[in-house]
Amino acid sequence: MNWQTVVDVVALVCLVVGSFMSLAAAVGLVRFPDLLSRMHAGTKPQVFGLLLLLTAVALESGEPRMVPLLVLAWIFQLLTVPVSAHMVGRAAYRSKHLHEENLVADELRDVVARAGDESG
Amino acid sequence: MTVFDVAVWVCGVILALAAAGTLYRLAKGPSLLDRVIATDVLLAIVGAALAVEMVYHHHTDNIVLLVIVSLVGFLGSVTVARNVGLDRS
Repeated sequence: MNWQTVVDVVALVCLVVGSFMSLAAAVGLVRFPDLLSRMHAGTKPQVFGLLLLLTAVALESGEPRMVPLLVLAWIFQLLTVPVSAHMVGRAAYRSKHLHEENLVADELRDVVARAGDESG
Repeated sequence: MTVFDVAVWVCGVILALAAAGTLYRLAKGPSLLDRVIATDVLLAIVGAALAVEMVYHHHTDNIVLLVIVSLVGFLGSVTVARNVGLDRS
């Protein structure tokens, strides 16, 4: 069990689990009832799966100078995915995609109403 | 077929299934915003496939492509989300 096989095994495990995260995202997309719950499936596994895959790439490349670029790739994804999900959620809430029956509590309604009154 | 090949084959099959599920949602998605979310996940799967290919061939040439793919996906979905909300306000 020299060092290289340990690195290989860890990288392969990260690879497979990262791919499972994408599968979880896809299953979540297919199975969830409405748009707002599908956003959970679309964003969270994506970021975590990418982290695992990038660690696998870092382990396999063996060059420490690649790590900052990999961390940058992950930070970009970590910053951009929540923002895009927020924008999609905001657009969904204001348009016809809202299914009241799936919501437990809706704190946003009075905020939207107040914003509507101020701008109206 | 070393352990390496088997693992990469398993990853390929998993990513193919994930892409099939995402394409199903992309085709069926009742509204435009469902399709935007599905496209985002599809781009993440493309990024994952890039990473798997990089691990398999022991090179890191496509890292910049991975960053660009994730950024382009973000720009696309934000633009669509912005325009969908526009005609309501």
